[in-house]
Amino acid sequence: MSTTTEPHPASGHEPGSRPVVDKAQYGLAAFLVLTGGYVLYDAVGLEDGFADQPVQPYALPYVVGAVLLLLGVLLAVATARGDQPEAEEGEDIDLTQGTDVRTVGLLAAVLIANILLIDWLGWAITGALLFAGCAGVLGSRSHIRDLAVGTALSVGSWYFFYVVLAIPIPAGILDGVL
Amino acid sequence: MDLLLSGFQAALTPENLLFATLGVLLGTAVGVLPGIGPAMTLALLLPVALTMGPDSAIIMFAGIYYGGMYGGSTTSILLNTPGESSSVVTAIEGNKMAKSGRAAQALATAAIGSFVAGTIGTVLLWVLVPTVADVVVKLGAPSYFAIMLLALFAVSAVLGSSKLRGFIALFLGLAIGLVGTTTGQARLTFDQPLLADGIDIVVVAVAIFAIGEALWVAAHLRRKPLDVIPVGQPWMSKTDWGRSWKPWLRGTAFGFPFGALPAGGAEVPTVLSYITEKKLSKHPEEFGKGAIEGVAGPEAANNASAAGTLLPLLTLGLPTTATAAIILVAITSFGIQPGPLLLENEPDLVWALLASLIVANTLLLVINLPMAPLWAKILQIPRPYLYAGILFFASLGAYTVNFQAFDVALLLVFGVLGLAMRRFGVPVLPLIVGVILGPKIEEQLTQALALSQGDVSTLWGEPVAVVVYAVMALLLVAMGVRGIRRPDAATEDTTENTEELVNR
Repeated sequence: MSTTTEPHPASGHEPGSRPVVDKAQYGLAAFLVLTGGYVLYDAVGLEDGFADQPVQPYALPYVVGAVLLLLGVLLAVATARGDQPEAEEGEDIDLTQGTDVRTVGLLAAVLIANILLIDWLGWAITGALLFAGCAGVLGSRSHIRDLAVGTALSVGSWYFFYVVLAIPIPAGILDGVL
Repeated sequence: MDLLLSGFQAALTPENLLFATLGVLLGTAVGVLPGIGPAMTLALLLPVALTMGPDSAIIMFAGIYYGGMYGGSTTSILLNTPGESSSVVTAIEGNKMAKSGRAAQALATAAIGSFVAGTIGTVLLWVLVPTVADVVVKLGAPSYFAIMLLALFAVSAVLGSSKLRGFIALFLGLAIGLVGTTTGQARLTFDQPLLADGIDIVVVAVAIFAIGEALWVAAHLRRKPLDVIPVGQPWMSKTDWGRSWKPWLRGTAFGFPFGALPAGGAEVPTVLSYITEKKLSKHPEEFGKGAIEGVAGPEAANNASAAGTLLPLLTLGLPTTATAAIILVAITSFGIQPGPLLLENEPDLVWALLASLIVANTLLLVINLPMAPLWAKILQIPRPYLYAGILFFASLGAYTVNFQAFDVALLLVFGVLGLAMRRFGVPVLPLIVGVILGPKIEEQLTQALALSQGDVSTLWGEPVAVVVYAVMALLLVAMGVRGIRRPDAATEDTTENTEELVNR
């Protein structure tokens, strides 16, 4: 995600001025081309279907892959001609500032830690860390309270699933403790 | 009639009444929370709901749906920052009313108007669902294939402001829908056995709606607190009632048909209702300064269209809004086949849902009007906790689908995709609809061609299919003509309409 060209929603660019190119959008176009290319590549590897399959297994992938490729090219062309995305607005969103890459990266790191640890430590522990970590990244300064709230949520949700819904969430290293 | 009565019997058992109440409270609470609309509310609660019986889950969903809609209008009136496109118009006059000290009246006319519209819409559903289902059941695979194509086309091209981005979302969704081994061969599975059954749509929905949104907000978090307008008990004077009841009815008349159309949605009817009320009002000078008609009409239109979207959803299995798409995900996840046969195969479920809509609607009015000051307090929740909570519950939801860390990893991958889509103004709805309908389209095409033994002409062999293709051709021509007349539409569009400010 680029911080150099921030889209300004609902204003567009001034008529007459040189079109501002949103360079990051080329990244999306490239992603579409790559995805489309991979869908096509995957489809080539498929074999003819059974005799009772009038629609070949590769038929739809060919269409989807080709259209994705085409859309990627079209988006690149539109971008070069000054097409601006209308970034989504919302109650808590302030689009006047640049993208906060650091916050997003740290949040992703917290989520990845959760993925790596969840099988070993179990949800009751990683959930609490997940909540406290995210709250800390998003600007909460009272880390002890974050951890307390997170623990209440994760242990509470574990027991809610276990007692109310009768579904045991894998407990990880706390197996036998919870 | 008997079926409706037994539907009420199912909806009014103490247990299900409890679920309906729970749904209404949860829906409103989460809907009032800034940044969370009805679709995200449903997505976050989907994994929990799936662990209950289908009846209870669907009834709770009805409550969440209406509760979330009501919560959304509360936010737009008190904060002037609509959570979704359907309440943009409500915010125009509603927030002005709130600022001039009439928040209580704005909330009251929104709540009562929603109740009136929701009730009329639900009664219309009682009449129309069986009638339409009778017609639709007779359609063959070719017609059904054509209708699904129209739905995909309409969702991508007609809704939203950028058609290119609509189709980008749609085809990304279709590509996600390809993953798996439904055709007997592994498609796009990257030799990963965990992908053999396809990507769980619950994970995709939670990721795109919840993780994508939370990351997007995190990237642009407003650091200064918003001004919440304090509110007391909602009430209306006699003049307010006199000025509200006609807009409610007209708004309903706009909302329901648009909601029921495959490409309707809530944006067009709310805008139409606003324009109409402005024209017909005896106090046109108040518009722009907080006219009660400008809240009453669009809010009714919004709710009537929400009821209307259930018509194509229950009879054809076609979702026309993000919220309807999540309900469809829920129905499918219970192993229930949506589509023309739904009413025939699952009459109890459908009628329980239709009855519980009225129950939810009534509960909403009874519970929520007195509780409005409390809901307004929810707006003050610290943002770090709000979004940490969203990420927490989304991860929990994805994990509980199969108890695999792999699903949580998929959640993050699609969450990043959701973030990128919001950054580049790519609408979310076509992607979800593509994931849901992609495999079904392939299935209908296969079925149609299997019956005709590979003869392609069967696809336009049914009159309904021909009509649907004609409609699509007309839409294409209309789009082409507009494109030629306004070659620079991209720059004009951005300043033109308030409805386009918020891109779903």
